[in-house]
Amino acid sequence: MKSQRFANTAMGVLAWVVALLIFFPILWLLLTAFKTEQQAFTVVPNFFFSPTLESFKTALAQGSGYWHYAWNSALTAVASTVIGLALAVPAAYAMAFYPNKRTDFLLVWMVSTKFIPAVGVLIPIYLVYSAVGLLDNALGLTLLFTAMNLPIIVWMVYSYFRDIPKDIVEAADIDGASIMQTLFKVVLPLALPGLASTGLLALILAWNESFWSITMTDHSAATLAVYIASFKSAEGLFWAKMSAASVLAIAPIIVLGWFTQRQMVRGLTFGAVK
Amino acid sequence: MAIVELKNVAKQYGSSSNNAVDNFNLVTRDGEFVVLVGPSGCGKSTTMRMIAGLERNTGGEILIGGKDVSQVPPKERDIAMVFQSYALYPHMSVAENMGFSLRLKKRPAEEIKQKIDEAAQTLGIEHLLDRKPRELSGGQRQRVALGRAIVRNPQVFLMDEPLSNLDAKLRVDMRAEIVKLHKRLNVTTFYVTHDQVEAMTMGERIVVMKDGEIQQIDTPINLYDFPANRFVAGFIGNPSMNFLRARHADGAVSGPGFAFTLDAAHTQAMASRRVVDVWVGVRPEHLRIGDAAGANRVEGTVDVVETLGAVTMVQLSVGEHVVTAQLPGHQTVRIGDTLTLTCDSDKLHLFDSESELAIGRESAAASSATAEA
Repeated sequence: MKSQRFANTAMGVLAWVVALLIFFPILWLLLTAFKTEQQAFTVVPNFFFSPTLESFKTALAQGSGYWHYAWNSALTAVASTVIGLALAVPAAYAMAFYPNKRTDFLLVWMVSTKFIPAVGVLIPIYLVYSAVGLLDNALGLTLLFTAMNLPIIVWMVYSYFRDIPKDIVEAADIDGASIMQTLFKVVLPLALPGLASTGLLALILAWNESFWSITMTDHSAATLAVYIASFKSAEGLFWAKMSAASVLAIAPIIVLGWFTQRQMVRGLTFGAVK
Repeated sequence: MAIVELKNVAKQYGSSSNNAVDNFNLVTRDGEFVVLVGPSGCGKSTTMRMIAGLERNTGGEILIGGKDVSQVPPKERDIAMVFQSYALYPHMSVAENMGFSLRLKKRPAEEIKQKIDEAAQTLGIEHLLDRKPRELSGGQRQRVALGRAIVRNPQVFLMDEPLSNLDAKLRVDMRAEIVKLHKRLNVTTFYVTHDQVEAMTMGERIVVMKDGEIQQIDTPINLYDFPANRFVAGFIGNPSMNFLRARHADGAVSGPGFAFTLDAAHTQAMASRRVVDVWVGVRPEHLRIGDAAGANRVEGTVDVVETLGAVTMVQLSVGEHVVTAQLPGHQTVRIGDTLTLTCDSDKLHLFDSESELAIGRESAAASSATAEA
């Protein structure tokens, strides 16, 4: 009994250590955001200091453009999620309830598009966007986010639809429902938790996206990713301001995630146990 | 209610040479209760799904009420289906489940409520109308599924093994309820099951299927008394019929351990044939204890004795065969005993050893194994 207790305590301590290690960068970020630049630059890590809101003030100042970048982040993330879901639902419906010989191949092909590192297709897409006039454009960025997330959204919605027995769809058909009626009155209500967590995931992925955001925008459509990167300027590294800016950039999405975590976990593990 | 006709209906998947359903011909009466029965994979569910329109028939025609529905989608065929899994909408209440089809047709609210109440009363589920399916027992869900079908007031009911998911006692109760319901509503009904007891107790006519083909269509009693081939003979009746390989000579069939004299009908049928090898079939319940000197006798060593109270099941080794007999009441037979059984000649069945078709059926006073009722 004693050795069991010891083992449990040891595991508990180990768990805390791992958790702290993983959380440490965020914690450090948070601490640094409340420091002055001098405090932030010390070689020896500085845990005890009197906090200041100086960096936050600079980060949110009129000329910094925080609200402009935040608005772009929100706009592109929400728009790409909505468009992604709107396209994925019909696709997943067809594949889940009316599969044919090609269905498996299609699904694998979709995932395979994510095997290519984004940088590999940067040049062609940049050139196309330049020619079409979609550079530094909210619509252009939204399309990229949608394309980026679509394989994941389709896969997730497909798996949630597959959890719905085909019998129910056939029963609705016999009851006289058209495909749209079956979708809206029977399938979607049942898949709603799954759709919600898929939407949240897509939102988070789009919000955190930095590669396309930085390379394809200048100022007009720039997102918070660009905002954070802008603090790394030729004049030097402003750790405190950068930390403050980072905190302001990730705060909205962390708050959203925190309030919807139960929903997300439920959605992600929905089909796991029958 | 309507007459349903299936003419040469077939279902082929891809380019495989074996059809899932082939050569299916049937004409129902108006309001008839038809059971499709057979082992797993025989094509009974596929046939029902073709009547429903959930599968396209690759050959033949399907007519409901005189109208060719081969190209018509399920929702326009005026049919209602009860699934094995009930397929209730989990997010809707019982009342909403039952009223779904009427709401889709945009019927007035009072009409919907009235139809739901009527069906609920018929099935005894008025007190469940506000509950969700997950709060109901299996039997209750069954009734809701039936209610959903009744409310539609269709021309044809289709039931795909609706009792399979219920426990044994409930199955017996629901069997009777469905039969009563059918008598009351008088709607042409197709019922699919793999359980021959269900088939025998519920069907007005039974379609026995095997490997996609119809083996015989007949009333339960005729299937029992006059099976058209060895498969039907062995499938209908529990415990199943005994089959013995025998040789025919001079109005009698015999083999190691047994000999039977044929009745007039069988003698006449065999007289015109050159075959000597036949299958002899006799049901366990038609065997009784006899003496070794009788004209009809089966003799063997007792291997198994099962005392069930009302009957005693005895299994004998007779030559290369195992013969099962159902003897009345309690018996003093013991394992290892030598036992002689007998039966009446008119209770024998003969089957061709190659085609397995029944011999001497043509002379039986039974309805034929063709489509018309």
